[in-house]
Amino acid sequence: MITVESLTRRYAGFTAVDNVSFTARPGRVTGFLGPNGAGKSTTMRVMVGLTVPTSGSATIDGVRFADLPSPGLEVGVLLDASAQHAGRTGSEILAVAAATMGLPRTRVDEMLELVSLTPTEAKRRVRNYSLGMRQRLGIATALLGDPQVLILDEPANGLDPAGIRWMRDLLTGFASQGGTVLLSSHLLHEIEVIADDLVVIGNGKIVASGTKEELLAAAGTLARSTSPRDLAHALEQAGIPSTLASDGSVRTDADPARVGAVALTAGIALTALRSADGAGLEDMFLSLTADTQRDGVAA
Amino acid sequence: MTATIVPPATITEATPVRRTTRPIPTTRLVKVELRKMFNTRSGFWMLISIGVLSVVATGAVIIFAPDSAVTYESFASAIGLPMSVILPMIAILAVTSEWSQRSGLTTFTLVPSRGRVIGAKAIATVLVGLGSMAVAFAVGAVGNLAGSALAGVDTVWDVSLSTAPQIVLGNLVGMAIGFTLGVVLRASAAAIVGYFVVSLVLPGILELLALVREWFLDLQPWIDWNYTQVELFEGATNTGEEWAMLASTTMIWIVIPLVVGLLFLRRSEVK
Repeated sequence: MITVESLTRRYAGFTAVDNVSFTARPGRVTGFLGPNGAGKSTTMRVMVGLTVPTSGSATIDGVRFADLPSPGLEVGVLLDASAQHAGRTGSEILAVAAATMGLPRTRVDEMLELVSLTPTEAKRRVRNYSLGMRQRLGIATALLGDPQVLILDEPANGLDPAGIRWMRDLLTGFASQGGTVLLSSHLLHEIEVIADDLVVIGNGKIVASGTKEELLAAAGTLARSTSPRDLAHALEQAGIPSTLASDGSVRTDADPARVGAVALTAGIALTALRSADGAGLEDMFLSLTADTQRDGVAA
Repeated sequence: MTATIVPPATITEATPVRRTTRPIPTTRLVKVELRKMFNTRSGFWMLISIGVLSVVATGAVIIFAPDSAVTYESFASAIGLPMSVILPMIAILAVTSEWSQRSGLTTFTLVPSRGRVIGAKAIATVLVGLGSMAVAFAVGAVGNLAGSALAGVDTVWDVSLSTAPQIVLGNLVGMAIGFTLGVVLRASAAAIVGYFVVSLVLPGILELLALVREWFLDLQPWIDWNYTQVELFEGATNTGEEWAMLASTTMIWIVIPLVVGLLFLRRSEVK
């Protein structure tokens, strides 16, 4: 379990992380979301002891990361796949990490196979790696010590679609075995598919946190019907405000069960009924972080 | 409609077990740091260049030196010159590559105690220094035997047992200066430039100062580390005062900056 308590990190003139508290629980994948420069990476760096917090603390199972006897065996970390010596080969980078953790050399080959880096690729220097290959190598480094906790910053960045699918299965598998996963990503769809819990950060402050269901329920319901106008009317009569989008979908804040009941009573056939999560996470993300967005996206 | 869902085969339900892990022993850290010094392309070629330049320097003495100069000292100093430049570079890169190449992100998450990592690097640097000097003396000895045989003169062993350790110490001090610059500057290019400034530019300035200001003349040996270096390489550090001068320059150029650098390094952000 990762516990972050009242974490603050100030730099000369600005506060990168402002009184952030949350937990990432075992057996669950926690998604860490926020716009560029919101403080995600700084928070993660503090968690693993690379940045000293101004105040507050971050602990792994109640212990400060820096106090873990051999952190690599307990926490797998991938903060920046490009942060490797460009003149080292992929397998040598893993071999050095394995040697530091006191693991046998065979573990390196196991990991290379797990992340689908071929023996030929593993013998090339990292300078010649694509971003996706670096990500795979970084994930291999994180998993090397067979840890119980994973802290991953944008691990899906640069991966091909098959790689993203693979990563998703890997992380859900890891969590279902009781592991704790904290991952940040800008790929909202990815987070939506994989995460059980969400923490949304903007301008260094937590703007929302909770289970995905709780947060997305707030995003409301999306329904489609062959006669959307009638559906909107029926909802209005039932006292449920709704909006009729130009694509013919009807959105409301009520939960899907209620919308379904209204449609049934009104005798309207629905062609789609679901919580509005398709665009839901994106909408939620943009509205929650609206004040902190650079691009002034209308929420 | 039926949908088939293939469960991922690797997933098995298990309760997490909190394992007890043992602290990383220092010997392991030193081994890892030694490995890291030579498993990159630049590190590998630096190691090779020590061997190659030793042989080239030996060859040059045999070919160009007059018969009277075919002595062990000639070989030792011919090999010592390139060595005294390469060894500090190795010491610099051992430290700065963690920042310039950003591998420190992994290193310091695997071993959060930065002081221990830097300590392991220091031990590894000393080991490399001693190893390289052993190679240099050995290559020089072979060169001396071969050179004197080729020139048809007696083999002269004129590096005394008191001089050799001083030459070794001189090289270690040079490496320590490089190491210190690495710790203080934490950037490969800046540290290498810095090394050439303090080893090539600074002596000239201090020499000039000693010429124009008489009061500085007596002070120079206590401040100018190149002065004490030259004494070491010539095996001329003999009296208590000379050793005190060496201690003084070591304190000024190595101990104090290293301590201050380490304090900053331990608190700095690794990005």
